[in-house]
Amino acid sequence: MPDWTGPLERIDEYRWRIPRSYMTGMRVDGVIYADEKMIGDVRHDRAAQQVADVASLPGIVKHSLAMPDIHWGYGFPIGGVAATDIEAGGVISPGGVGFDINCGVRLVRTNLKETELKPKLRDLVYALYNEIPAGVGSKGDIKVTEKEERKLLVEGSKWVVDHGYGRQEDLEYTEERGAIAGALPDRVSDRAYERGKHQSGTLGSGNHFLEVQVIDEIYDGEAAAAFGLGAGQVVLMLHSGSRGLGYQVCDDYSKSFIRCLAKYDIDVPDRQLACAPVNSEEGKAYLGAMKSAANYAWANRQCLMHLARGVFEKVFGMSPGDLGMDLIYDVAHNIAKIEKYNVDGKEKLLCVHRKGATRAFPPYHPDLPEKYKKTGQPVIIPGDMGRSSYLLAGTKEAEETFFSTCHGAGRRLSRTAAIKACRGRSIAGELEKKGILVMSSGRETLAEEAPEAYKDVNEVVDVVTGAGISKRVCRMKPLGVIKG
Amino acid sequence: MEKRYEQFSHTADIGVRVFGNTLKELFENAAFAMFDILADLDGLKGEITQDFELTAPNYEELLISWLDELLYNFYSKKIIFYRFEVLELSEDMVRARAFGRSVSENRNRLKTEIKAATYYNLKIIKRDDYYEVDIIFDV
Repeated sequence: MPDWTGPLERIDEYRWRIPRSYMTGMRVDGVIYADEKMIGDVRHDRAAQQVADVASLPGIVKHSLAMPDIHWGYGFPIGGVAATDIEAGGVISPGGVGFDINCGVRLVRTNLKETELKPKLRDLVYALYNEIPAGVGSKGDIKVTEKEERKLLVEGSKWVVDHGYGRQEDLEYTEERGAIAGALPDRVSDRAYERGKHQSGTLGSGNHFLEVQVIDEIYDGEAAAAFGLGAGQVVLMLHSGSRGLGYQVCDDYSKSFIRCLAKYDIDVPDRQLACAPVNSEEGKAYLGAMKSAANYAWANRQCLMHLARGVFEKVFGMSPGDLGMDLIYDVAHNIAKIEKYNVDGKEKLLCVHRKGATRAFPPYHPDLPEKYKKTGQPVIIPGDMGRSSYLLAGTKEAEETFFSTCHGAGRRLSRTAAIKACRGRSIAGELEKKGILVMSSGRETLAEEAPEAYKDVNEVVDVVTGAGISKRVCRMKPLGVIKG
Repeated sequence: MEKRYEQFSHTADIGVRVFGNTLKELFENAAFAMFDILADLDGLKGEITQDFELTAPNYEELLISWLDELLYNFYSKKIIFYRFEVLELSEDMVRARAFGRSVSENRNRLKTEIKAATYYNLKIIKRDDYYEVDIIFDV
């Protein structure tokens, strides 16, 4: 594939502009967060073109943004953020949320120290692998009737907590308290229900994972303490989404929204950017269905965490109180949200698409739990399974990105290239030499997810902290990994 | 054109370039490519046949509808399809038959979860004596 040769103008050390003049139809500039070294990589695929394409969405305000973990997606780039002005006919695009609606991560603390974990690590990883359903077509623990399923789509995490999967206080530490208001379960097709059936409480496959990690570096002691974290402490990170239900919701609306382009006289450069005004009948229907899928995803992660807590209790023979497995936070990184921002001196209601980007609210934001008022929102950034992951916190400066930041390391190699690079090697063996135990249900998952397939998360975090849109709290290194 | 499809490098997802001597064959090979990524199809024979009839406004959208319909059937009815016959194809309608086996006795054949076929950059191209299309699957 030839390099992308469009204009990337340096704004400062961490920001690069694709000017509106680059392409007919762009309504705003594109801005990519990256350093000098990364921006070279950005040119190697079509991600920058996708930033320009997104700039053509009706009603888009300020900029079409991309976080430093930007890579080539379909329609939107992964790492893309775009906000549209609802009153000005701003649109919502199912492709701007993606198939895995409310794919996200949660981080759970424990009272365990690395030294206590080490002798039981193998037992723990095996038990997690055995107890937590993962892989293509796996079935989950929760069986619900269709009527109950509709309730689950409205109540999200609360529904599963009420049914014994976790604690009330878990809700406090979940984005949107685990249930975004305004879900419309009757806008979810029968097919989506069918695909989501039996999948509540399943991890999924591919890059979805469960990791046992240890904190190896603290950058902000005060924030870390507020989150209940210290050096040498063991944490659990969990990455999953809305499974088949969300995929089918996106599928249904991506298809039907192509008709909206003609109906609302919208011109976008690619069918996968199909969209409709947020305030149109179609826009409202999608938003209601998307929220339902998002709530399903929160319920799913809540259920997975509950299963994992049970495994820890069994393996370590400790009570929940002694283990101290409190949820630190749960964030969505594939979602569209209706949020208020000041644009050109006026308060506006915007539809913020985060496609592989994390919401990062600043200190004293009204939506934050009381305990995190001073620190800002915890932002969970998974890296690859061989290096590190980060816990960051939101900042006031991130208003320029509609309080959004990166969501991970970002892929560097395609899956096929990663499999090729790993041929004849044992990835599990290589990681074990580094003290990391890995298990996976997918045959090729470990090669596809090999550390070298990803950008170095340290560099990604350098950019978001350097640009001021997040601050570092602590770094974790993986010890046990279960991949889907 | 002998080759049915080849994978190309796409950073986040899986891209395939599908070939067909006719448009019918292009649709068949696209379906084969998708299931070849999903599962190990080698040596699969028999037993389930399913008929499909789908409509869409143009060939491209019809192609994605066809793939998504098969994918939906894979996930909901748990059938791995391994052979496809497009019986009738026009710009707005496809009628086809697919042959498959149930997932239950072939669970160890499953490879990669495909979430959906996307519309990204979708364009069926007519070469001198064959057709070609690039499809990105979200995995």
